[in-house]
Amino acid sequence: MSYTIEGRTGTWEIVVGLEVHAQVISHSKLFSGASTTFGGDPNTQVSLVDAAFPGMLPVINHECVAQAIRTGLGLKAQINLNSRFDRKNYFYADLPQGYQISQFEYPIVGKGTISIELQNGDVREIGVTRLHLEQDAGKLLHDQDPTKSFVDLNRSGVALMEIVSEPDIREPEEAGAYLRKLRQILRYLGTCDGNMEEGSMRADVNVSVRKAGEPFRTRCEIKNVNSIRFVMQAIEVEAARQVEIWENGGEVDQETRLFDPSRGETRTMRSKEDAHDYRYFPDPDLLPLVLEQAWVDELAAQLPELPDAKRARFQAEYGIAFYDAGVLVAEQAVADYYETVARGRDGKLAATWVMGDLFAALNRTGNSIETSPVSAEALGKMLDLIADKTINGKIAKEVFEDMVETGESPDAIVEKKGLRQVTDTGVIDAAISAILDKHADKLAEYRSGKDKLFGFFVGQVMKETKGKANPALVNEALKARLDA
Amino acid sequence: MLTGLTLTQARAGLAARKFSARELAQAHLDAIGRLNTALNAYITVLPEQDVLASADAADARYAAGTAGLMDGLPIGVKDLFCTKGVRTTAASKMLENFVPPYESTVTANLLNAGAVFLGKTNLDEFAMGSANMSSAFGPTTNPWTRKGDESTALVPGGSSGGSSAAVAAGLALAATGTDTGGSIRQPAAYCGIVGLKPTYGRCSRWGTIAFASSLDQAGPMTRSVADAGLMLEAMAGFDAKDSTSSNRPVPEFHKAVGKSVKGLRVGIPTEYRAPGLPADVVAMWEQGIAWLKAAGCEVVDVSLPHTRHGLTTYYIIAPAECSSNLARYDGIRFGLRKDAPTLDGVYEATRAAGFGQEVRNRILMGTYVLSAGYYDAYYLKAQKVRTLIKRDFEQAFENVDVLLTPTAPSAAFAQGENMDDPVQMYLNDIFTVPASMAGVPALSVPVGLNGVGLPLGLQVIGKHFDEETVLSIGGALEAAAGFTHKPSVHAGAGA
Repeated sequence: MSYTIEGRTGTWEIVVGLEVHAQVISHSKLFSGASTTFGGDPNTQVSLVDAAFPGMLPVINHECVAQAIRTGLGLKAQINLNSRFDRKNYFYADLPQGYQISQFEYPIVGKGTISIELQNGDVREIGVTRLHLEQDAGKLLHDQDPTKSFVDLNRSGVALMEIVSEPDIREPEEAGAYLRKLRQILRYLGTCDGNMEEGSMRADVNVSVRKAGEPFRTRCEIKNVNSIRFVMQAIEVEAARQVEIWENGGEVDQETRLFDPSRGETRTMRSKEDAHDYRYFPDPDLLPLVLEQAWVDELAAQLPELPDAKRARFQAEYGIAFYDAGVLVAEQAVADYYETVARGRDGKLAATWVMGDLFAALNRTGNSIETSPVSAEALGKMLDLIADKTINGKIAKEVFEDMVETGESPDAIVEKKGLRQVTDTGVIDAAISAILDKHADKLAEYRSGKDKLFGFFVGQVMKETKGKANPALVNEALKARLDA
Repeated sequence: MLTGLTLTQARAGLAARKFSARELAQAHLDAIGRLNTALNAYITVLPEQDVLASADAADARYAAGTAGLMDGLPIGVKDLFCTKGVRTTAASKMLENFVPPYESTVTANLLNAGAVFLGKTNLDEFAMGSANMSSAFGPTTNPWTRKGDESTALVPGGSSGGSSAAVAAGLALAATGTDTGGSIRQPAAYCGIVGLKPTYGRCSRWGTIAFASSLDQAGPMTRSVADAGLMLEAMAGFDAKDSTSSNRPVPEFHKAVGKSVKGLRVGIPTEYRAPGLPADVVAMWEQGIAWLKAAGCEVVDVSLPHTRHGLTTYYIIAPAECSSNLARYDGIRFGLRKDAPTLDGVYEATRAAGFGQEVRNRILMGTYVLSAGYYDAYYLKAQKVRTLIKRDFEQAFENVDVLLTPTAPSAAFAQGENMDDPVQMYLNDIFTVPASMAGVPALSVPVGLNGVGLPLGLQVIGKHFDEETVLSIGGALEAAAGFTHKPSVHAGAGA
């Protein structure tokens, strides 16, 4: 246990479980045909069903169900062929029906697991309790009028997956790693864009503390935390708050709290007494959700390769290190880019170029992998030029920078700038003669035993050939001449 | 009398060009003009020019030979069906000024079949009631009166009381109803007309204002059993917008009427022979049994052992669903709004002003039975009993084709009666609720008058999606009963 809180009465460990709300990628909402595009003008993506007009009925969107199944499969979870939609009843201005359609007793996805990796290289399995489908609510706008609040229902009815973890998390860092890994899997699957700033992924954080070996103590739920960094901060401050209460002889109340990042504290949002009685019951407007195993199998067969599998394959297929493979699979687009470069070439060299010069160039030019000025094909071709000795590694750097700047192909740049590597031994010999003549003193020193000067001569010859000489040939010829 | 026809007769007359759809519509508008003030059967009557324009369009289709199943037939629409551009109130202050921008599937189907809408008929508020007394637009009066006591206004039954009164009094050839626990069948019986609650899922619920989603079902209210078949044919059908609607093909229901019932087995549920059942109701039931025997049916006793729990479980499940279904009437997006300084204040003020007493009762009951700590004891238990009730019917239908029962335990009662005791009021539904709980089709047919001249109905209950056999048996009862009595108030009277 690496993260603990040292209190006056002893050592405390933290117990954390996460409930992540992930907005499903789909063209239309969970129970209506309205569009789900982000950023439309308020109330322009609202059907009569979303606004809960009298007599309107929900009809399940099969694409959203497919997305939940894909996600369940990606979390190595049990897919429940029989699940059910329930109504969660409460009044709020952003909830047109007066209830949210959710899955309470029988979720579509059961137990699964997410494997996380920590900074120190440790790998841990965090249990997933369940995943269920539910409707998102609308949004209240409080800043449009001094006395009124406005309601935007564009988001009302959009499909969410609520993904609940087991209380397996013991460190803020683990919570961060869990969220990053979950986001990575969702993005690979194409089931959620994982964009926390836009609110398409939000986390509720359940925190409690205990002493080693104790059963769980009372937990508090911190609602709607909207960045990974804030989740980690919220856990730290909330755990510290609870330790303080217990150590002062108090009792932690089970309640819903909010995290205020500007003040670095959590505060009460709803106490237990004010907790809603949601009066869940099966939604009589919807039939039980019954899935055919054959359809689940079909979706499983079409599942993309997920990060863990890809990482293992990259290691095996391209001979790269575990860490490097992890960096390269972090994002699907990077992995695809890398693989295009590496396929049929030197995988390690490809990794060095992608993680080194390419990442640096993207950073410098403010590009993402998707908008990279150098295509994977072009970088691959450049590696081919190195492999067939048309250019050497040093010249390659120059060619690459030119590619970043001009977007031209490496061959064109090599031709244009005359960077083709010199392999003509006659030219190399002539350059060696010139250098040895020029530095007769150094030659004498070398011959009297100062072996270290060999590097000096290599450098001079390369300079003489404007860097284009094949370094191996230069080495060979120099050695022959010096030791003659 | 154009206002005294059945749908079948009127359609034949229109097809033969004996009269025009315009004339037919005009006759009904005139009758409404004369009688609606007294009966209050319509909450909203459509503008005359709109009604006549639809009738003219129907006439054009007859001329072109493209007339649909309901073409040119003037009907009433229960004010629970959303009608595009026409105020739809659910008989509630909450929706007093609500004009839907959409047409319910059932009314759209009827319009596609050529029906001419006369207006929106009265009902109990949000279809909650058995007497039409809870309408925010005032009660509907039954056109029938007791012999020798013509001054006592009687209830038309509920919740589709405006529809039943309109059809009985000649203010519409037929009307749509909705039935959650008997809201088509009981008012049909009280007003001496035919009412059919189809199998749950037969008609789409889309665009019909919900009371209790797992029970609500639309159906026809007509003057003959054949009419009920004809109109259901136009109303029914799969609707992708309602997940609970059935994708079974819609048979030609009207052809089921007149088919021989010889050899069909009719079950008499022994549990329905409740002690205290009025003698005239028992006598009418016995008469029905005798008629069906004479028509060649085999009559046998069957047992529905859980039926006695029907009413209790109904009054848990229906309010539970209603408490949730009516949460959307919050003053935020449509309908009534009462402003207040806080959001909760807006909810409280709006719902206090918008909902009548009976609706509030049911929302409170429903909220209670779904509450933490009570859910298992009430809602969950009721769902289990519901399953048992359904199984009772399935087992009974292994041996018989239909069941025959009274529709209601009494004839129409006076306005104001039963008002102080909700349980007494709920007992009106005792014979109709079990079929609703089981989702099976059930038909009420008027078969005779009691000692004071009020109509009584018998209920034929059938197997899931076997409305055809129900209609055949209903047709046999209708033929044997030869019910031609007219209420004291009707469009033909004194004309």
